[in-house]
Amino acid sequence: MNAPKALVMRSAGTNCERETAHALTRAGAQVDIVHLGQFLESPERLRAYRIVVFPGGFSYGDDIASGVVFGAEMRNRVTPELRRMISDGALVLGICNGFQILVRAGLLPATADSGGAQEATLAPNLTGRYECRWIRLEVTTDRCAFLTKGETFDVPVAHAEGRFVTKDESVRTRMRAAGQLALRYVDAEGGDAEYPWNPSGTEDGVAGVCDPTGRVLGLMPHPERNVEAWHHPDWTLGTTPAEGAGLSLFRNAVRAAR
Amino acid sequence: MRTPPPRARPALVRPKVDHRGARPDSLGLDRTFVQVSVRDGLRDPDSEKALRALAESLPVVSVRFVQGYVLEGLSQESAGRRAADEVIGDPVTQIWSVDGIPGGVPADATVVSVLRRPGVMDPVEASVKRALAAVGLPVESVRTVRRYVVRGSRGRIAEADLVAVARERLANEAIEEIHAGVEFDTRPVHPAKYRFQRTDVPLRAASDDDLVRISKERTLSLSLLEMRAIQSFFKDAGREPSDAELETLAQTWSEHCKHKTLAGEVRFTGQGGPRTYKNLLKETVFAATKTINRPDCLSVFVDNAGVIAFDEKHGVCMKVETHNHPSAIEPYGGAGTGIGGVIRDVLGTGLGARPFLNTDVFCFAPPDTPDEKVPKGCLHPARLMHGVVEGVRDYGNRMGIPTASGGLFFDPRYVGNPIVFCGTLGIIPRELVKKAARPGDRIIVIGGRTGRDGIHGATFSSVELHEESETVSAGAVQIGNPIEEKMVLDALLRARDEGLLHGLTDCGAGGLSSAVGEMGAETGAVVELAHVPLKYPGLSYSEIWISEAQERMVLAVPHANVARLRVLCAEERVEVTDLGEFTDDGHLRLTYGGEPVADLPMEFIHDGLPRTPRNAEFTPPAPKPFPWSDASHDLGKDLRAILSSWNVCSKEWVIRQYDHEVQAGSAVKPLVGRKRDGPGDACVMTPIPGNPRGVAVSSGMNPRLGDLSPYDMAANAVDEALRNLCAVGANPRRAAILDNFSWGNCSKPDRLGSLVLAAEALRDVAVAYGTPFVSGKDSLNNEYMVDGRSIVIPPTLLVSAFCVVDDVRKCVTMDLKEAGNLLFVVGVTRDEMGGSHFGFVRGADGGAAPRVRTDEGLAAFDSLHAAISAGLVRACHDLSEGGLAVTLAEMAFAGCRGVDASLVQVPFEESGDGGVRDEILLFSESPSRFVCEVRERDAAAFAAALRGVPHARVGHVTTSDRVVVRGLRGAPAIDEPIDRLREAFVAPLRNG
Repeated sequence: MNAPKALVMRSAGTNCERETAHALTRAGAQVDIVHLGQFLESPERLRAYRIVVFPGGFSYGDDIASGVVFGAEMRNRVTPELRRMISDGALVLGICNGFQILVRAGLLPATADSGGAQEATLAPNLTGRYECRWIRLEVTTDRCAFLTKGETFDVPVAHAEGRFVTKDESVRTRMRAAGQLALRYVDAEGGDAEYPWNPSGTEDGVAGVCDPTGRVLGLMPHPERNVEAWHHPDWTLGTTPAEGAGLSLFRNAVRAAR
Repeated sequence: MRTPPPRARPALVRPKVDHRGARPDSLGLDRTFVQVSVRDGLRDPDSEKALRALAESLPVVSVRFVQGYVLEGLSQESAGRRAADEVIGDPVTQIWSVDGIPGGVPADATVVSVLRRPGVMDPVEASVKRALAAVGLPVESVRTVRRYVVRGSRGRIAEADLVAVARERLANEAIEEIHAGVEFDTRPVHPAKYRFQRTDVPLRAASDDDLVRISKERTLSLSLLEMRAIQSFFKDAGREPSDAELETLAQTWSEHCKHKTLAGEVRFTGQGGPRTYKNLLKETVFAATKTINRPDCLSVFVDNAGVIAFDEKHGVCMKVETHNHPSAIEPYGGAGTGIGGVIRDVLGTGLGARPFLNTDVFCFAPPDTPDEKVPKGCLHPARLMHGVVEGVRDYGNRMGIPTASGGLFFDPRYVGNPIVFCGTLGIIPRELVKKAARPGDRIIVIGGRTGRDGIHGATFSSVELHEESETVSAGAVQIGNPIEEKMVLDALLRARDEGLLHGLTDCGAGGLSSAVGEMGAETGAVVELAHVPLKYPGLSYSEIWISEAQERMVLAVPHANVARLRVLCAEERVEVTDLGEFTDDGHLRLTYGGEPVADLPMEFIHDGLPRTPRNAEFTPPAPKPFPWSDASHDLGKDLRAILSSWNVCSKEWVIRQYDHEVQAGSAVKPLVGRKRDGPGDACVMTPIPGNPRGVAVSSGMNPRLGDLSPYDMAANAVDEALRNLCAVGANPRRAAILDNFSWGNCSKPDRLGSLVLAAEALRDVAVAYGTPFVSGKDSLNNEYMVDGRSIVIPPTLLVSAFCVVDDVRKCVTMDLKEAGNLLFVVGVTRDEMGGSHFGFVRGADGGAAPRVRTDEGLAAFDSLHAAISAGLVRACHDLSEGGLAVTLAEMAFAGCRGVDASLVQVPFEESGDGGVRDEILLFSESPSRFVCEVRERDAAAFAAALRGVPHARVGHVTTSDRVVVRGLRGAPAIDEPIDRLREAFVAPLRNG
């Protein structure tokens, strides 16, 4: 089987590009890490890739708000090219800051009525501070190419702005109807999550959303940080699998991109 | 915890930001004031945080936080609106306006605004400019403003009252200005251009008094002896020095850069008899490394950071820095640039190392210090702690370097002088460890622009703080821009991998002066200072030369590689400037616009410093027995009191604010166990993605022992750092260690005396354990002068340790794993209650300091490491503050398992006058001890591995929810529910 080409797009302040590329490589993709600047003049170079990943970090320091400056830089030429690629079946993934960027760029949730406008935001955590901790996710959609409905898996979060807020209730209703609410935080028993299992205080525990095609996914937690046998905090108990559960998300992407 | 109400404080003088004839708004450009706020009905953590801060001192009912951006250079109103609509405002959650506070200001509200003082770095400016340029709205300048619309619960709050509280709670006047009212002057200040004029300082005819005055007036921090050496040099040269020459010498000869005390002659009297060291550091710490002579040490004490072998292809390096004085004045910026600086140290090691871990250790006065105990001119310790934690958090997280190792210590004597240790580890290809600038190489500076920030940082850190430091030293405050530094990192590692560099160092204390002076020490250098790119005009050549503006690196690049470097840096959007050339004439020559402003032989710069012998003395306090009382005590209560003491209690509030998972390398995390609340002994990171080879990192420190016995304090710090490594499964024999001294003013013999003893202990214990020092740093003026009285910090020695682990999958954590497993104590307990936490919570003073017996320690480390490597240990935790009782409690609540143990078998050796008692076995802090959880079926193999090392089976893990420890008489000495112990541990700093 041929390895699909994946792009990890970085810019000033991106900082999860290496481990994201590593997870993609382990999952079977052929990965390039490239600076956004390389695409501003020639966005058609994006077409070489079947998977485009916006990794985590603090692009431009989260100044103004997370993802804003990156989103502004992409606006004129890169975002329109990405829209064309998505309609041609390319996969796009935004992790943490990457999720925030996709939302500012209007690529998520991109509900049927969005017209390309920004419909949601990732607002500051209700605690008012940055937090890093391991949480549990449940897949709540069967529409997403990256995910398998009903699965739960553990991954870390690390962010200060992770509360998914829609512009109005109609956006949420459309998202629900289209199966776009992709991932939610659950507690240790798999039930509705309260803080700290829901670290940001995000409504309904929404941790990740996809677009109506299911081929664009954004999530606040970091699946690339649960890839190896020694990543999960419980590995010393001897009860965790030999491969981190976050890897399946990347494997699914590679499979769907082939 | 609650922070106390604001204190009266001395009137603040504006910092000395000299604009040299600046005229406000001299550019005559239009300004747009975009103001953004969260929509009504949505929660806004920023407003809530401000409300909490203000409500402690004022009758406040609500606060609306407004973020403002003063954009200069958008000529049409429509352009201003577009900037707000298309870039700055968030259509989902925010409202905004370009002509007033969005949502208006209620009649009963008071408005206060906070903005950076002119010339103070604001990293947001660059990002906003970039975003606006991307949508076709280029602006000349951006100033950010934080505004608070405050409504009182009992009527309108007076502006003066609000400003007084905002000063304490919402702003720091060292870097920010506060304005009351809706309207205020938003005009940016644009300094006028600098007009060159060479300044010479008349020195040759100066009297001794003049020399002292010149040193003080120019903040040179040079002694009379040193000033005389400079005077005599210029008498011989037949001319007066330029200000740039004087500054060059002051920076290079500063305590911060030269370590003249530790590297100087010391005559000691007191404990152990009189002795003299020609070079204290060389004869203790360096000597240990030389004696040990371990072949895996690739680079020690010659570079920014020490390097040891990681695998056949890579080396691993570590550096720990102090950033105490800047953090005392401006905790957020000071601590942020502390971590930023040590990251650059690692980045500048060899031809460039990739940072993969940050560490931090802080010391403050207790956060509940009563207001009246905080001397004037000092920030309250709770505020200092919050600022320092946020500074390190924001810098480290933005750089994408995990922070997973550290500590917090509290003592009232840190009240005027907090201690901020920041460390970084990096990984580097082995063939790139060596470097040297060669004659003909270009001198290239990359990264941030140069401004007035941080001028005199090196010399400022070499003097004592005093009550006016906050005003006179504001120029020494630095503000970091981590995104700039991340860009530099990306560019630099690419340049390294393409082989473009001959030499490399960071711009730290002393700025270009130190960096170029150091790189060109063996060659010589010519530098054109007018080429240095500036943040704003108006800097004189000597300000350019010594500015400590952050995020800059100096490179030695062969002529042929410069063009490629420029292309690569352009791709990374990093500015590149060619400043001059390394020469072969051994001189440092500076020009400004072609005019010579300095010409000094490197030899005089680096070797001209006259040595001042210093006297040191130390008389140990008279031995005092521990004051045991015969009254019966609830030892469970003592245990909970220790768990709740500031030094022992959970630091989760800090740890969770740091990203310890970025780079996906953490194999043993800072908090471990089923509920992720157990304090791990050491963190273990894998620096190469997918490769199970790791590095374990730990630290050891116990200032409580410093007053009692500096020698034992230092010995225990090394032992603690190494036993922490051993506890996670690393082999201490492969560890390397670092020393960081933070001491009082060492020109005073008693301060220096305790330091000599500590240095001797470091030498002795390091040699015995075979663990070389590979890097170190000292900060020797940590005193605070107020009302003619000096508050001296306790002698504070941090020992950091790191160690390569072949396979992280063999590591263990400290949480109990399975009920039924056996519990062993390894190592000997003695009656060593001096400086113990038991004594601390009992308010009892006395007892002997714990003594490190390196033969016992080494045997325990070797055997235990073998047992862990063989997979015989399910959990392991060292014994430190609070002794066996605290260790068992922490293992129990971390594992959510009970303990049933007895003290009867605990290995004990009589060393003092008294006999054994439950309290000693439970709470003595004797070193080199561990508790291990072992499966029953492995017990025999474990015992065989531990043969020859005192150890004993003391109990087992239970399914119950209690920790039960039976005393010597059989009855439970401790019987506590684990939830209660956990709560004691977690409560004090739960919310910072």
